[in-house]
Amino acid sequence: MLQLKNISFSAETEDGAKEILKDITMDITDGFLAITGPNGGGKSTLAKIIAGIIKPTSGKILLDGEDITDLSITERAKKGVSFAFQQPVRFKGITVNDLIRLASGKEISMSEACDYLSQVGLCARDYINREVNASLSGGELKRIEIATVLARGTVVSLFDEPEAGIDLWSFGNLINVFEKMHETLGGSIIIISHQERILNIADKVAVLSAGELKSYGERDDVLPELLGKTNSVCPVLTNNMKGAQ
Amino acid sequence: MNNIEKDLLKIIADMDGAVSGAFNIRANGSLAERHVTESVDIRNKADKDGIDIIIRPGTKGETIHIPVIISESGVNDLVYNDFIIGDDCDVTIMAGCGIHNCGSEESRHDGIHSFFVGKNAKVKYIERHYGDGDGTGGKNMNPTTVVNIAEGGYMEMETSQIKGIDNTNRVTRATLDRDATLIIREKLMTHGTQRADTDFSVDMNGENSSANVVSRSVATDDSVQVYRSNINGNNKCHGHTECDAIIMGNAKVSAIPEINANHIDASLIHEAAIGKIAGEQLIKLMTLGLSEKQAEEEIVNGFLK
Repeated sequence: MLQLKNISFSAETEDGAKEILKDITMDITDGFLAITGPNGGGKSTLAKIIAGIIKPTSGKILLDGEDITDLSITERAKKGVSFAFQQPVRFKGITVNDLIRLASGKEISMSEACDYLSQVGLCARDYINREVNASLSGGELKRIEIATVLARGTVVSLFDEPEAGIDLWSFGNLINVFEKMHETLGGSIIIISHQERILNIADKVAVLSAGELKSYGERDDVLPELLGKTNSVCPVLTNNMKGAQ
Repeated sequence: MNNIEKDLLKIIADMDGAVSGAFNIRANGSLAERHVTESVDIRNKADKDGIDIIIRPGTKGETIHIPVIISESGVNDLVYNDFIIGDDCDVTIMAGCGIHNCGSEESRHDGIHSFFVGKNAKVKYIERHYGDGDGTGGKNMNPTTVVNIAEGGYMEMETSQIKGIDNTNRVTRATLDRDATLIIREKLMTHGTQRADTDFSVDMNGENSSANVVSRSVATDDSVQVYRSNINGNNKCHGHTECDAIIMGNAKVSAIPEINANHIDASLIHEAAIGKIAGEQLIKLMTLGLSEKQAEEEIVNGFLK
């Protein structure tokens, strides 16, 4: 279990210190958690804090009871935290096969590497020897990024907006990938997403807004309230529409 | 031949035991072994130190090895090699120089290689530079390559120098006739206080000729690299030059690409980029469980692959 205890994070800005995360406490059990909320609400920051890319200003992170707050990115990765970036990184010369091999942490056969690619809907033969560079589209890079997390198969798998940069046609396919992952990967799967279809396949949903955890619970408890709110997010627009009718 | 020399041969020319095809091994400034075939003749030059490698027109599928090794300290070697590649050939030439210097005196190899690529001939030229040995003597190499490609000829040149060489000044001059193509891929890595200068100059004189000169390099520690390329479009042609360098430690890299269009239908591009390893690349590999040092190595190895 991943536990976040009173996590706060503030960053220096031109207008002084800004609180990005305010006293976040969550117990994240095994299963599928979707974290959602408006842009700028602190979701990506929270994911980076879990992966160790940024350090919280205060608070603690525990993985299966062990305090990992002061561990480096590498040490956390070795303990079982994986992170799929919102914007996958490009490399000159490093191939898809290299990246999957590094992710799996051992020498793997070409067919094993291909399996991970097939799981994210890429025809392995076409991609395995390609460089992870600018010749790949945003959607292709995103799938490869997800494949590296699959190859790691760790106790915590974090995905920062996996749908960003994926076209509508590929999106349905991506939902299938996550549905399948839910069945096969195990551990805690944490997905930051704005997509209702992703929220719909989550076990639990958390809403992060203005740095605060607004709600966190079973999907069926959180989602109806959340969708009700988003539909009436702009009272002016809602009133105008009513007036037009 | 001792084990050090055998190792050098393996590294620079993939020569491990018996090799089929023509070869000429030069060791410590003189001929060590030579083999010629029906299609490939190798002769000593009459007027100066060096050889002529004459490849009969129409020769296809042969690989010719021309390695130079220096295993004694204090050897100062200057050699002229001319490659005369007949029309319609399709061959691979593996050259290279390996220096093992355990002594305190400078070891130096200056090779002047001239290529005459015949009409519609295709050549792949692979040149590796390698130095080892823990002596204080310098390991220096200054290769000059002169390339003349006749109508419809094609030459691909792959050069690599990964650490080991203290001082290098690589000069490449090429002229291209009608429909001729030249592709150069350079890979370079310097460390310590090494210095590497690269100077490419290509004249595209023939109609529809094309040149692509690409350099990828990594400069570490206190090393210095200077990349110069000069692509001249003197006819209807396509030229591209690219220098991509990773800089680490206190190293210094200069890239000075120059393109000159001397014809209305000359189309020329140059690109140059120098920078340290992107922080996000390191972070990505660290999230896969690699240490920062391992991540750096993977990125550098991939870049120079």
